[in-house]
Amino acid sequence: MAAYIMKRFVLMVVTVLIIATLTFFLMNLLPGSPLNEERTTNESVQQNLEAHFNLDEPLIVQYVLYLKSIATFDFGPSIKQPTETVNSLLGRGFPISAELGIWTILTAVVSGITLGVFAALRHNGIIDYIAMTIAVLGISVPNFVLATMLIQELAVNRGIFPAATWNSPAHMVLPILALATGPMAIIARLTRSSMLETLTQDYIKTARAKGLSPVKVIVKHALKNALMPVVTILGTLMAGILTGTFVIEKIFAIPGMGKYFVQSINQRDYPVIMGTTVFYSVFLVFMLFLVDIAYGLLDPRIKLHEKGDG
Amino acid sequence: MEKILDIKDLHVSFVTYGGEVQAVRGVNLELYKGETLAIVGESGCGKSVTANSIMRLIPSPPGRIKKGSIHFKGEDMTKLSNKQVRKIRGVDISMIFQDPMTALNPTLTIGNQLTEGLKQHRKISSKQANDQAIDMLNLVGIPNPDERMKQYPHQFSGGMRQRIVIAMALICEPELLIADEPTTALDVTIQAQILQLFQKIQRETGVSIILITHDLGVVAKIASRIAVMYAGKVIETGTRQEIFYRPNHPYTQGLLNSVPRLDQKGEKLIPIVGTPPDLFSPPQGCPFTARCPKAMEVCSRVYPFQTELSETHAVDCWLQDERAKKYIAST
Repeated sequence: MAAYIMKRFVLMVVTVLIIATLTFFLMNLLPGSPLNEERTTNESVQQNLEAHFNLDEPLIVQYVLYLKSIATFDFGPSIKQPTETVNSLLGRGFPISAELGIWTILTAVVSGITLGVFAALRHNGIIDYIAMTIAVLGISVPNFVLATMLIQELAVNRGIFPAATWNSPAHMVLPILALATGPMAIIARLTRSSMLETLTQDYIKTARAKGLSPVKVIVKHALKNALMPVVTILGTLMAGILTGTFVIEKIFAIPGMGKYFVQSINQRDYPVIMGTTVFYSVFLVFMLFLVDIAYGLLDPRIKLHEKGDG
Repeated sequence: MEKILDIKDLHVSFVTYGGEVQAVRGVNLELYKGETLAIVGESGCGKSVTANSIMRLIPSPPGRIKKGSIHFKGEDMTKLSNKQVRKIRGVDISMIFQDPMTALNPTLTIGNQLTEGLKQHRKISSKQANDQAIDMLNLVGIPNPDERMKQYPHQFSGGMRQRIVIAMALICEPELLIADEPTTALDVTIQAQILQLFQKIQRETGVSIILITHDLGVVAKIASRIAVMYAGKVIETGTRQEIFYRPNHPYTQGLLNSVPRLDQKGEKLIPIVGTPPDLFSPPQGCPFTARCPKAMEVCSRVYPFQTELSETHAVDCWLQDERAKKYIAST
């Protein structure tokens, strides 16, 4: 197990490095620079600023400097917001984004699995049809459309929930709902088909023949096996939710990381672009790592260690 | 001898898009304490459906017990609530399924799967359940049971898994063990070991066994009584000797002719020509008529009455009916 984690760790570092490198060069391919604005600046001021942010160095030197900043996890000051450092932006925005993301994942997983299991148990029954209708709608309607519909109906027309910002649990309901519906629908459909297949397995019959209660048969014997594909797709879904937060944060005016991320690209704020990208990729790569660990815990046939005792 | 199972006029149907499949059409069977009854017949003759009906394990829908009764120790299984049936499953009646490779849950340890039945039905501590499971593994011949309890199914071979499945079925000391083709998925040497294990267990625990198989070699080895099924009906029952040495139904004779024998070298096997009837619309007369070399006019019109040839031997065939015999003699 320790060997496996070590191996994965090295792979994770390499992955993040590749992402950082790609981002760096792509970023520099973009026309313009953070100091390039409409108003003309004094030539010497421009040079001084460039020197201050090391933008006058050759690209390769800048690259090395960036790598250094990644290694120390100190991305320096923002060029566009001189009073802020990248780290302070991350420190402020990330907890809010994480809150949104984690609640979204939890909502999607719990409701998706529940919906899928009940649909499978009442296969071709009314519950099945209702659940799958919800699922198809959830997959087809993009989250920003759903978000505006939710705001219009539940915030503006009925006034049940606040329309924007992020101050209390009530504020969180609509963004989470808007963001979680898509992943929930995918999970529900996957759980249903996987559950239907699992329920025809011989070991389910064995479990029933032992006289176990239906709940025990489903939760202990069927669900654990049926969740395998769901766990697999969880990694992809998390990436989707991560990018989804940008849009949702914008719509609901949530002061999360998404705002800085989009803004930084528009303004060519190099340190912020690099900082947020590296941060997001570290986060995502770590989540995928957790998914792989969970996979091994669910199915003992998947060996996480190289040379085990079998 | 005490009768522990009595099936009367059992009808089981499956409703599908194509219509109603009458899988079991009036089966009568009885089982006495401590005996081994083999139900034989080709694929689709209703033997597994009969066995699953006893445990009420027919998937419903589409399956349904339409008619008849299954009395187990005086109680009619067809009339019990699901909750009552669960108290019998695994405790009084246990079942072993065909394929040991799929009958065990791949994500749970052997120990967990062995003890969960015990914990469900008996008020005992985990420690006691564990000890009992280890005893059981010893009985079915698994070496190092302590260690093996913590392992997962994929760490066992097919034969070992079937032993575990058997241990699982026996752990609550059932009175009736239903084995649905327990050796079909195993290779021949392992088959022999598993059959010996059945005999040993029966000697030690006195459990009654219903053995479902299409392998007459298995039957010859351990069955005390045999019921031959065809197209959802039991067409002949008798002791092992009666069925093997004095088969009366042309179908039973055909089955025995199609088994290779060591003592008759070089002879060709005689297959039964044709295929079994479609159970969407079973024929009104004897279902074997179309394939029967001795079929008479009456066979396709009326299902034969049961003729008792001895106290233990009964056959559903017009050839054995006195009236038909007289008629044949007169023409």
